[in-house]
Parts: sequence; C-alpha cells; structure tokens
Amino acid sequence: MIYNGKQVSIEENTTLDQFIQINNYDIKKIAVELNLDIIPKLEYKNIILKDSDKLEVVSFVGGG
Amino acid sequence: MKEKLLQSKVAIAGAGGLGSNIAVMLARSNVGEIFIVDFDKVDKSNLNRQHYSEEHLGRYKTEALAEQINKINPAVNFIYKTVKVTADNIVELFKDYKIVCEAFDNPVYKAMLVENLLIHTKATIISGSGMAGYSSGNNIKTHKKLSRLYVCGDLESDIASNCIMSPRVQICAGHQANMIIRLILGENTP
Repeated sequence: MIYNGKQVSIEENTTLDQFIQINNYDIKKIAVELNLDIIPKLEYKNIILKDSDKLEVVSFVGGG
Repeated sequence: MKEKLLQSKVAIAGAGGLGSNIAVMLARSNVGEIFIVDFDKVDKSNLNRQHYSEEHLGRYKTEALAEQINKINPAVNFIYKTVKVTADNIVELFKDYKIVCEAFDNPVYKAMLVENLLIHTKATIISGSGMAGYSSGNNIKTHKKLSRLYVCGDLESDIASNCIMSPRVQICAGHQANMIIRLILGENTP
C-alpha cells in the first residue's frame, strides 16, 4: 500500500490498529486518513489494511 | 484582495504563543471576522512568546487579546469564547467556520481537534507542530499533510525535549497566518 507517500508492503490481515503500534505511533497524538477518509480512533481495530490502500498518518508534537 | 479579506472569517483554537500572534497578524491583514477560543489566563511564563504584556497578567487571554486587537484594527469583528475546547463542544464551537487554525500546545488536543473537525465539519485546518527550541528557523515549513489539513512547523521539535522561545514560535505562527491568507485568496498550495 501507499503509506505517507511511499510504497510499503504489509502482512496480510494487518489491522490499522496493529500498523499504528508497529510503527511506534502514540495513538493519542495522531490523525489518520485512509483513502481520503479520516478514521476515528475507535475504528482502528476494525479496519484491515489492503495493498490498494493509501494511508496517511499525521503525528503531532507539543508546543505552541 | 482587500474585499476578500474583509469578507472572510477565521476561527482560532487556542490564544497562546501561536494563536495570539496569528490573531494579531490576521487582524493587521484585515481579516473581517476572527473567532478565538481559549480558557486560560495570562501567566508570567507566557510573556516570552505570547502577545501579552505585564498589564495583562491574571486576565483571560481572550479578553486581553480582544483589547489589543480593538486597538490595532477596530474594523475587525473579533469574537471570543472563554471555554476549554473538548471533544464534546468542539463541533458546536467551530461548525460555522470553513478555515480553522489549530493553535494548541498539547499534541493530544491537536490530534483531537484535527480528527473531530475533519470528520464532522467541512473545515480546512491549519495546524502547528514542531516549533520548540532554537534549531534552524529554515526547517519550519508549511506542509499539506491531508486533504483538508496543512501542518506548519518542523514536525519534530517537541517541548518535551526543548525549551520554547519566541523566534521559532513566531516563524511557525507566520507560516500559519500566511497559509490562512493564501486560502482566503484562493491559493491552495502550501
């Protein structure tokens, strides 16, 4: 799939929730867009990633 | 151009280092309506980067900012609410604005705002992430990250491991204010 603009391979049946954990994101500090839809955090567990997906993960740091 | 700016309206979430400076820049640029939400009072530790002075200490940031903006450009319709933004009130607060500027300091609140407003409203969001410390100002840029999300900053300089100082906060605020003006004037590229 395309992840943050780059082609990556994913294992079959990886959920969005697992992908976020594997990539060491802090779930509370991110926003996720999958195929141009924003995904609510409660749904990460229910989504299985596919090769045809386009995933963008934005992670925020503190300060302002 | 002046007419477009005067007819535009922009909401800002947070009146701290980013929000107070962005509000002042937008007011100077003749943005017709500026709506800002913040629950906090001005503290001595804010004066190193936020658009307040000794005379404002202990006052609500929203009120202190309203007073300054009315002096800078009284033509601006400056509206504020002194409440904490939460997942429960966020949509109601910002639903009338097509351009919303995220200017919180806490990354959990940044993410909460972006997720909720992108799902429940049609707003485009201009956010700030990565402006702590004193590494090169040239690393602070405007990025288009999602369909309706721009993020200004170097994306990594966190307050957890850096001090926070006026210059980089101002650079980031300038990027956000400029992107807001670009959107109002019909330019979508970061």
